[in-house]
Amino acid sequence: IMSIFGEVPQAAPVAVFKLTADFREDQNPRKVNLGVGAYRTDECQPWVLPVVRKVEKMIADDHSLNHEYLPILGLPEFRSSSSKIALGEDSPAIKDNRVGAVQCLGGTGALKIGAEFLRRWYNGTDNTKTPVYVSAPTWENHNAVFSNAGFEDIRPYKYWDAGKRGLDLEGFLGDLESAPDHSIFVLHACAHNPTGTDPTQDQWKQIADVMMRKSLFAFFDSAYQGFASGNLDKDAWAVRYFVSQGFELFCAQSFSKNFGLYNERVGNLTVVAKDQDNLNRVLSQMEKIVRITWSNPPSQGARLVAITLNTPELFAEWKDNVKTMADRVLLMRAQLKEKLKALGTPGTWEHITEQIGMFSFTGLNPKQVEYLVKEKHIYLMASGRINMCGLTTKNIDYVAESIHEAVTTVQ
Amino acid sequence: MSARSVFDGAVFMPSQRKLLEDFKRDTHPDKVNLAGREYVGEHGHTTWLPLVRKIKQQIATDPTLTPEHPPILGIPEFTRRATELALGKDSPAIMESRVFGVQTVGCTGAVRLGAELLRSCYCSSSSWSGPILLSSPCDDSLAGTFKAAGIEDVQYYRYWDAESNGVCVENIVHDLENAPEQCVVVLFASGHRPTGAELSQEDWKRVAEVMVKRQLFPFFLIPAQGLCSGSLEQDAWPIRHCVSLGLELLCAQSFSHNFGLYGERVGHLLYVLKQNLLAVQSQAEKFVQTLWSCPPMEGARVVATVLSNPAHLVDWQESVKAIAERCMLIRERLRERLRLLGGPWHWDHIIKPGGLYCSFGLNTQQVEFLVQKKHIYLLPNGCLNVSAINSRNLDYVAESIHQALSSKL
Repeated sequence: IMSIFGEVPQAAPVAVFKLTADFREDQNPRKVNLGVGAYRTDECQPWVLPVVRKVEKMIADDHSLNHEYLPILGLPEFRSSSSKIALGEDSPAIKDNRVGAVQCLGGTGALKIGAEFLRRWYNGTDNTKTPVYVSAPTWENHNAVFSNAGFEDIRPYKYWDAGKRGLDLEGFLGDLESAPDHSIFVLHACAHNPTGTDPTQDQWKQIADVMMRKSLFAFFDSAYQGFASGNLDKDAWAVRYFVSQGFELFCAQSFSKNFGLYNERVGNLTVVAKDQDNLNRVLSQMEKIVRITWSNPPSQGARLVAITLNTPELFAEWKDNVKTMADRVLLMRAQLKEKLKALGTPGTWEHITEQIGMFSFTGLNPKQVEYLVKEKHIYLMASGRINMCGLTTKNIDYVAESIHEAVTTVQ
Repeated sequence: MSARSVFDGAVFMPSQRKLLEDFKRDTHPDKVNLAGREYVGEHGHTTWLPLVRKIKQQIATDPTLTPEHPPILGIPEFTRRATELALGKDSPAIMESRVFGVQTVGCTGAVRLGAELLRSCYCSSSSWSGPILLSSPCDDSLAGTFKAAGIEDVQYYRYWDAESNGVCVENIVHDLENAPEQCVVVLFASGHRPTGAELSQEDWKRVAEVMVKRQLFPFFLIPAQGLCSGSLEQDAWPIRHCVSLGLELLCAQSFSHNFGLYGERVGHLLYVLKQNLLAVQSQAEKFVQTLWSCPPMEGARVVATVLSNPAHLVDWQESVKAIAERCMLIRERLRERLRLLGGPWHWDHIIKPGGLYCSFGLNTQQVEFLVQKKHIYLLPNGCLNVSAINSRNLDYVAESIHQALSSKL
């Protein structure tokens, strides 16, 4: 008897999950996983932030908590404190009452709600033809989120220059200039995924100039605030600059990495509008969109983040925990570069310490990557992207030597 | 940049929570909120079951639990137990490996995910847009959820019958007999919102027969398994019956009500298929990634812990039964009060169904009277949440309803 779903095709597996699955099955004792997108300690373990442990217990023991559904737009104290983290405590836009937010299911959820809103209400009504630009390369899920929200025209903008292993600013600016007015641009707020390469402040200014002139919409994806440099304000510079220039924008924030809350799906979509009236209309429509997507967001993670951000001692402890993670990544970057230089590995390796955040685009080609995976049991993405968190003081020599081998023996 | 906002085109949307906001602002000492979705206890609040609190505390202090991304489709132990709960542990469909489950963000998330799958895969179409049949009435967000997924053709079958103050199976069978072949039908296994009205097992057999005959596809909703009859098996009977007839189906489950885990958004989408399981599963993964990437762990962990542990399971089943019994008791006491207050009306329809929701057959003016003059908030269609009635407000509610019906409105 035929199934109604008999002809459903198999969807391609997500590359990074397949990589992790292969890593798990590998029996080699020296195996290293440089593919996963999560923080690891020097013992290669996931890390529950000490402040998170503390607040988790507080929540579990709190008998006064309300157990109802959260409001559709989310926990109010979470939304406002999260937006403050992105825009700054004394943001003029916040003072002007033109900043609002929607609690979402992680960064993905925030992108989803923002995309669904823009498709319905931006650049006309239900205009599915507004071009959406994502960086080349970008996080593999960006395309799917916007396309599933109904956008028909998703294009790449030049970003990574493989030749010079850095930002292709000229290409980027060129694509901005040639984009139709009102196009949407998905910008990585800091610690670009997967290249780890961010524009400098000066370069951001140039980007903002063109975007202002051509009325391009800035949709920031901020998944690594604090995690990139170790400093929350520094990592938020680009978003705040755009706000100071008068842009209306969205910022999809994720607290997965900087709180280590991958499993509780804590995200926030910050909305900056021209004025309060516009903001209210936007939020009212977003409420409607949330209601038919997941109805109400989950409470656990949002409560945890809200309590932490709103309690001075806990906030300080959290910033410290974040710096711990960022510092370990910076240390691994410095050490990897040193070891490659010491080994005399051909090529330049400055980009390893110039790049920022969790990921580094090593510049290794697919054949070299294959060599590392198959021969050395070092798992990384075919693009040459590595997760610095997968490096530890115990495996860094092995990895450096293996990269050296790959570069010198495989062309 | 121009002085105009890029959001100029966005129209203001009045909040659907208006009723709740009005209630919050109301300062009348006797105000009662009977329009809420959550189960509230005798004390008037939602609460975690004691077992739930205990397990949450265990989770918070468990050093072995790591904050990793859960699998896209959710915690395997959770989906396994949720599936068993709906179908029964020894369901042939489970034995035959024709089922899989996805942990979702609440029941709404399950419906949305199911809708996305239907749109992209149903009837070998890459863009199926309906028709889908919903009950009349049903939760306000249901139609919107299907439409948001691209299923534009939403139609209704008659469910609530004002004449009999209950559900009329003749109407349902008639409407399904005349439905387009192969259309999808949303069915409430139990806990229909907003009416609370239920079909008997005999009724279900007739409905299922039509579904098979006309090749209609069932999309079950079971928002409060166990809370309606007090029995987990009985509340899930309609689903199990359809599976036994060989029907393929989707089933959206919620653990909000029966665990009191409203805030944690614990839902499950169950797929029962004839074949091609892996391919459909891979498509489900694809859609999950465009919605929320992977689901939140906390609530599902609690549910999985309870459902996997025999002692916890018994404890939980008793809590669920207690909730169901309290709801039934409130209905009986309300009926008794109303009967004593006199008048030509009959109140048996209040006690017929179980669970949280109840339709009183009040008209718009009567509802408005209750809200405006008596500060008793219920849904515009006259449906209410019985759990919010307690020993302190029972008399006031009964008298007010009596008044609403008696006055010339």
